[in-house]
Amino acid sequence: MSVLVFVEGLNGEIKKSSLEAASYGSQVAQTLGTSATAVAMGDISQNALAKLGEQGISKVLYDADEKLEKFVAEAYVKVIAKAAEQENAKVLVFAHSNIGAAVGSRLAVRLNGSLATNVTTLPKTDGAFTVTRSVFSGKAFAEVELTSDVKIIAVQKNNFEVSQNAGTTATVENLSADVTDADLTTAPKETVMQETGGGVLLQEAAIVVSGGRGLKGPENWHLIEDLARELGAATACSKPVADMDWRPHHEHVGQTGITVSPNLYIAIGISGAIQHLAGVNSSKVIVVINKDAEAPFFKAADYGIVGDAFEVVPKLIEAAKALDK
Amino acid sequence: MKILVCISNVPDTTAKINFTSDNTAFDKNGVQFVINPWDEYALTRAIELKEAKGGSVTVLNVGEADTEPNIRKALAIGADDAIRVNAHPKDAFFVAQQIAAVAKENSYDIILMGRESIDYNGFQVHNMVGEILGIPSITPAFKLDLIDDATARLEREIEGGKEVVEVKLPFVASAQQPMSEPRIPNMRGIMTARTKPLKVVEPSGAEAKSAYVSFSKPEKKGGVKLVDADNAAELITLLRNEAKVL
Ligand SMILES: Cc1cc2nc3c(=O)[nH]c(=O)nc-3n(C[C@H](O)[C@H](O)[C@H](O)COP(=O)(O)OP(=O)(O)OC[C@H]3O[C@@H](n4cnc5c(N)ncnc54)[C@H](O)[C@@H]3O)c2cc1C
Ligand SMILES: Nc1ncnc2c1ncn2[C@@H]1O[C@H](COP(=O)(O)O)[C@@H](O)[C@H]1O
Repeated sequence: MSVLVFVEGLNGEIKKSSLEAASYGSQVAQTLGTSATAVAMGDISQNALAKLGEQGISKVLYDADEKLEKFVAEAYVKVIAKAAEQENAKVLVFAHSNIGAAVGSRLAVRLNGSLATNVTTLPKTDGAFTVTRSVFSGKAFAEVELTSDVKIIAVQKNNFEVSQNAGTTATVENLSADVTDADLTTAPKETVMQETGGGVLLQEAAIVVSGGRGLKGPENWHLIEDLARELGAATACSKPVADMDWRPHHEHVGQTGITVSPNLYIAIGISGAIQHLAGVNSSKVIVVINKDAEAPFFKAADYGIVGDAFEVVPKLIEAAKALDK
Repeated sequence: MKILVCISNVPDTTAKINFTSDNTAFDKNGVQFVINPWDEYALTRAIELKEAKGGSVTVLNVGEADTEPNIRKALAIGADDAIRVNAHPKDAFFVAQQIAAVAKENSYDIILMGRESIDYNGFQVHNMVGEILGIPSITPAFKLDLIDDATARLEREIEGGKEVVEVKLPFVASAQQPMSEPRIPNMRGIMTARTKPLKVVEPSGAEAKSAYVSFSKPEKKGGVKLVDADNAAELITLLRNEAKVL
């Protein structure tokens, strides 16, 4: 019996959310007195795979089939199911990403397992096996018991530290799941990656700087971008900002947009409508900059400045520049 | 073209979230329920496809009788008929089993759902239904067009980008904005919805694979700490030394 973690790659590296999942998985393995194995495919370097040892992974099963370079749910499910069988995995861990949650759900059916997504705690294993998940758009938590023999967990991003046992390496073994054309009917015809300001993926970012209608127009976005660059943050926006094409839709955060759970969310010129909050409720620290002291966002904030963004943000950029990083 | 749209019944986004006194269930008291916002994108896109290509749109909900006002609302927006599987949705797997059972009986060309239900935020049901039926599940999609009677073209969000996928019917997809512009029912829609068929079927015996034990709410924030605008740099210091997030 072992714990199996699915890790996703991007540009040869392993995504931060998957490193978090790997750290989580090895902690679960420790509690259960077993070892953690990772399964991977696609565009990840051998070096990056071996480095998973730093997150407590002892072995990595890698399917080098180039047909797996791009995400295809059916094919990925096949590879992970094969790894799960080989390892006799009873707990499977994923990042709660679009890919991880999709593959995890299909595997739950295939492996006859219980699934919990958006998980925010390590499992309790004394007696029943339970985890806590974020529900109601971050407004509540639910403790859920996973009743099947096989347990599948998709962990919320930015919720678990990436553990670092520097220098420890994992052994990398080849795995072949014999993916055929029949498994590839939904292979993408085209993949378009977005420009990520400073290379930080919004969904994975530890810090997010977000702008609303209070910024008056797209020509002022350098304020958001400059502050984000200084802090190593990703940029985001409110819905009207995307609707007016000031910013692309993939930056729009909220109930109808992207959900983020960074350590720090800085909202500038955003009123804090409940639909916006639905996408940022799980942020650990919220900072609000708004010229209206009555803006509802201040109620959800940890820190705030009542003031004009055009005067305040340049000062923040200067102060951020002065930080030693 | 036969399209099935699955809708869940969720607390209005502005509703206060409370639980019963022993924290074992959501407290419905005084809460208004709506069609899950993401499902509205699926519903309107299904109706648009029907308007362009002909066919029918069936809405499906797994829920108890109190979900019927929202099923009627979906009919008023433009679905042709509805099915309610008369059961409390115990967990995602239970719901997926019910949806798959209905789909097996009626063979739909496309099964559309929302990205996730905003109450339990599972992001599970669509992919489970795809796996049970052995058909592709494209999630979350923000664009869906038909290339011909047998093929669709979808754009799906992946972290940091998008993928264009062409897929043979039948398939499952889940919708998010900007797939369509949700519609508000008009008077005529509301009138005709009353007479559109709403079939109630009993669940087929599937068990759940998870159980909700208890609910809790995040600790209340200590209130906002305000920094003077003239002294804005102080904020950066606080974020580093006090909040320890920089
Ligand atoms: C079904 C539905 C779904 C929705 N989904 C989303 C969603 O996913 N995401 C989302 O964001 N919204 C969503 N909305 C819209 C939401 O209700 C709000 O309308 C929206 O979030 C407001 O955006 P905003 O704060 O940028 O603009 P506004 O509400 O116009 O607020 C602008 C703010 O900027 C401040 N301001 C102005 N000038 C300055 C200045 N110089 N310096 C500092 N502050 C300044 C103002 O005081 C004000 O508080 C949804 C609405 C509905 C009905
Ligand atoms: N009780 C239900 N009845 C019908 N469809 C549902 C139900 N619950 C979830 N769905 C559908 O599945 C999608 C994903 O839900 P979830 O996996 O719960 O996040 C929703 O957007 C709905 O389209």
